[in-house]
Amino acid sequence: MLTVLLLLWPVAAALLLHFFKGRAARVPALGAALVEFALAAYAAFTFNTNNSGQFSFDLNWIPSAGIQFAVGMDGLSLLLVLLTAVLVPVILLSAFRRNFENESVFYALVLFMQTGLVGVFTAQDAFLFYFMWEVALIPIYFLAGVWGGVNRARVTFKFFLYTIIGSLFMLAGFVYLYFQTGPAADGLSAHNSALASFYALNLPVETQIWVFWLIFAAFAVKMPIFPFHTWQPDTYTEAPAPATMLLSGIMLKMGIYGCMRWLLPVVPAGTDYWQNLVLILAIIGIIYGAIIAIRQQDVKRLIAYSSLSHVGLMIAGVFSLTQMGLQGAAIQMLAHGVNVVGMFFIADAIERRTGTRHIADLGGLTRKAPVLTVCFLVLLLGTVALPLTNGFVGEFLLLAGVYQFNHWMGAVAGVTIILGAVYLLRMFQRVMLGPDSSFTETFTDLTGSELALLVPLIVLVFWIGLFPNTFLHLSEGSVMNILNEVVKR
Amino acid sequence: MNSIILLSVLGLGNLFLGFRRSNRLLLPVMMLILGLVLTVNFLDWGTSESFFHGMLTIDNFSVAFTGIVLLTALVLIPFSQKYVLDGESNLAEYYSLLLFSLVGAIMLVSYNHLLMLFLGIEILSVAMYVLAGSDKRNLRSNEAALKYFLMGAFFTGILLFGMALLYGATGTFVLSEISFAVQNPAPGFESLKPMLYIGMLLMLIGIGFKVSAAPFHFWTPDVYEGTPTFFAAFMSTIVKTAGFAAFLKLLVQAFPAANAQGIWLPTLTAMCVLTLLIGNVGAVAQTSIKRMLAYSSISHAGYLLIALVAYNGQLEGASANGILFYSLAYSVATVAAFGVVKLVADARMREDYNGLNGLAKTNPLLAFSLTVSMLSLAGIPLTGGFFGKFFVFSAAVENGYIGLVVFAVVMSMVSIYYYLRPIIAMYMRDIDAETAEAVPVTTFQAGALLLLVALTVLLGVLPGLVAGAL
Repeated sequence: MLTVLLLLWPVAAALLLHFFKGRAARVPALGAALVEFALAAYAAFTFNTNNSGQFSFDLNWIPSAGIQFAVGMDGLSLLLVLLTAVLVPVILLSAFRRNFENESVFYALVLFMQTGLVGVFTAQDAFLFYFMWEVALIPIYFLAGVWGGVNRARVTFKFFLYTIIGSLFMLAGFVYLYFQTGPAADGLSAHNSALASFYALNLPVETQIWVFWLIFAAFAVKMPIFPFHTWQPDTYTEAPAPATMLLSGIMLKMGIYGCMRWLLPVVPAGTDYWQNLVLILAIIGIIYGAIIAIRQQDVKRLIAYSSLSHVGLMIAGVFSLTQMGLQGAAIQMLAHGVNVVGMFFIADAIERRTGTRHIADLGGLTRKAPVLTVCFLVLLLGTVALPLTNGFVGEFLLLAGVYQFNHWMGAVAGVTIILGAVYLLRMFQRVMLGPDSSFTETFTDLTGSELALLVPLIVLVFWIGLFPNTFLHLSEGSVMNILNEVVKR
Repeated sequence: MNSIILLSVLGLGNLFLGFRRSNRLLLPVMMLILGLVLTVNFLDWGTSESFFHGMLTIDNFSVAFTGIVLLTALVLIPFSQKYVLDGESNLAEYYSLLLFSLVGAIMLVSYNHLLMLFLGIEILSVAMYVLAGSDKRNLRSNEAALKYFLMGAFFTGILLFGMALLYGATGTFVLSEISFAVQNPAPGFESLKPMLYIGMLLMLIGIGFKVSAAPFHFWTPDVYEGTPTFFAAFMSTIVKTAGFAAFLKLLVQAFPAANAQGIWLPTLTAMCVLTLLIGNVGAVAQTSIKRMLAYSSISHAGYLLIALVAYNGQLEGASANGILFYSLAYSVATVAAFGVVKLVADARMREDYNGLNGLAKTNPLLAFSLTVSMLSLAGIPLTGGFFGKFFVFSAAVENGYIGLVVFAVVMSMVSIYYYLRPIIAMYMRDIDAETAEAVPVTTFQAGALLLLVALTVLLGVLPGLVAGAL
């Protein structure tokens, strides 16, 4: 029942927001997001780490087709619901910095999207999962398309087309699997689409080999994995900062989570067959994203390509099919969400003050804004994966997982840490250090409310870095369950 | 049956309001009539009764489709309010013609006898021929009426010829008896077979024209463009819903036999593929929204044809439920689309995409309604259109038409391109001098749009309400 509350509360709040106009919507929107956070925190405290699905809820959604409205959380779901619940208030706060037109609609869309995200992370029925997958897409399309930059119409169109075509393939895959299942529990329908029935399918290897790509298409576009990434840098750059944070902080985790929950255990033999190819693509993405990031002149684009590189490593970890790789991906999803949202916020703060994101135009911010420098540095080092920060735990586990699968792949993927340090520290040096430019002469430090927004993120950087077990413990059981499903056949 | 009687009587009554020149009363009266008939219609739910010596049967199938047709008419009527405000002198006649055409639609969804099929199509079409030309000083409206009438009359002839051949081959007009005659051939039937098959094909062509299935679709874009938008909406929803219900009845009740299927199934599959291709690819190239909606209505005929191809032998199966759900979702979304396009076109005097620029700023409600309807037509989740496609495609996959479904899915990917264009114009393009003023919307129209949006989302969130009703 708690899961249903977590699902319905944001959408209800989004509808209620229509009674507030303009700036008056800020407090209720933030309040709603905080209530959601409190609910998620309560779920985390009462969660029993034995890791079977908890807080489950089951309703006959479309009886004639055996489709259930089935939601529930295990450790992995909980981890991502927590991430969503933490980041959405932060993202809303960051949106208050800008004066958007039709603010109430903007916040309503963010909250509406939260329903979709929580739905994706908790769905226990294939068609519900698909449904929620698209529910998360519609608000972000409008957030990026209506409030975005000059090229928004073209860029968001490409984004929408890419993702929807990817997800239509997934739907096709689900429909195919659905017709392989047995009758629904109530006997009203000849088939059902429950997660458990999909796990129980024992399809021949030849079938799994092509079904794998149907399902993987949606995840590959969403994460994105090289070569399906071409929508990503443009969209991240054109979208307004809060939408970029939603996209990079939470939405790309839908793809990784999808792989772990709906791909590996459903078509284990197909995964086995394509494992090497996906790993190679992921590693190409790691290197490619990093090299392009080095060449970037725009702060936002640089972070976008760095995100592409980091996601590559997470995908490689997942497809190493080792416990360490999957656990690494789970905790790195959290860490990356925290870091990338912080980084985009800082980029946005700098852009608001100077009117530019061009690296060459910036410089010398350290002297004018010491607090901002410290925050930026902490988040940056987290992204670079310095020990004691959140990035280290995740990347270490991920690399260990890949290394365990194949030494050479692990070694190549390890380059990500070096290259990451190169482009991030280079950016830091050119933006924060060096002489002033005409753009940065009147630069002011972070305000109290901006700092208030960054503090929770920085706390999380160290918390995950110093006590990773809080979170690793949560996801351990679910990761083992997933691996058992994969190995079973 | 009650709904047929009520509609005919009240349609006549409506004409008398026209003699009194009381235009203001007409709109509320029309809505009352349609609301009343809609309620009366559902009183027949769960019963099954035959009338006129078994020529018409009112059962759940016909009640459900009649419900869609009447509901569509009810929510469509407010968009004709401009006629009332402009003091249109023939309004009562238009409204009565609409009511009579609904009688034809009801006959189409409940016939048991080919004569009733013919009468239904004629009652429906003759009213439409007149209404297509109702903007009599507009050259395009005249062209539309003439084109529709000439082509329509021609294809009615083909349909009639098909019926005659069928009668020659089987000796009966009753659906179940035709089915019996085909399945249990009398001595000498073998030599009559070509007659039967040609009759069947001619009937497919005749009905295919009415639902604008390719290659008999050529009239659609021109007629929709010339016909006043309000009546074009009527054509693309009510005529199509009734037409497909009739189509399904014909195939299920008259031609279920394997040897008959051998003829119509390949024909229908070919029509289906062609319709999907022409509808979707044609819509991409359009610059006028009305023509885009015309091609979109062709493409949706293609999706509905998939359900016909995949039918599984009874009027209660997945296929009939698929058509029911799809028609409802499609009608609701199409009425909203035509409604908004009509309001915008009336105010801004243009029907191209740029006429919608900045509508989100001047008329948030119109922009939102059109967005929901476009998403529904594109089949994006959260809207009824998604589940419509889902049910139709599942029915087809279940019966092994995987190739056809793959093709249809590719075509719906194409459709996303043209359905997003109005959304982009409304939300992402700036207002220019011509589009700076708000489009006037009356309370009735705003209410109808809200209802349509609510229905679309309701169908998209709780599809179980309608799915599996039959």
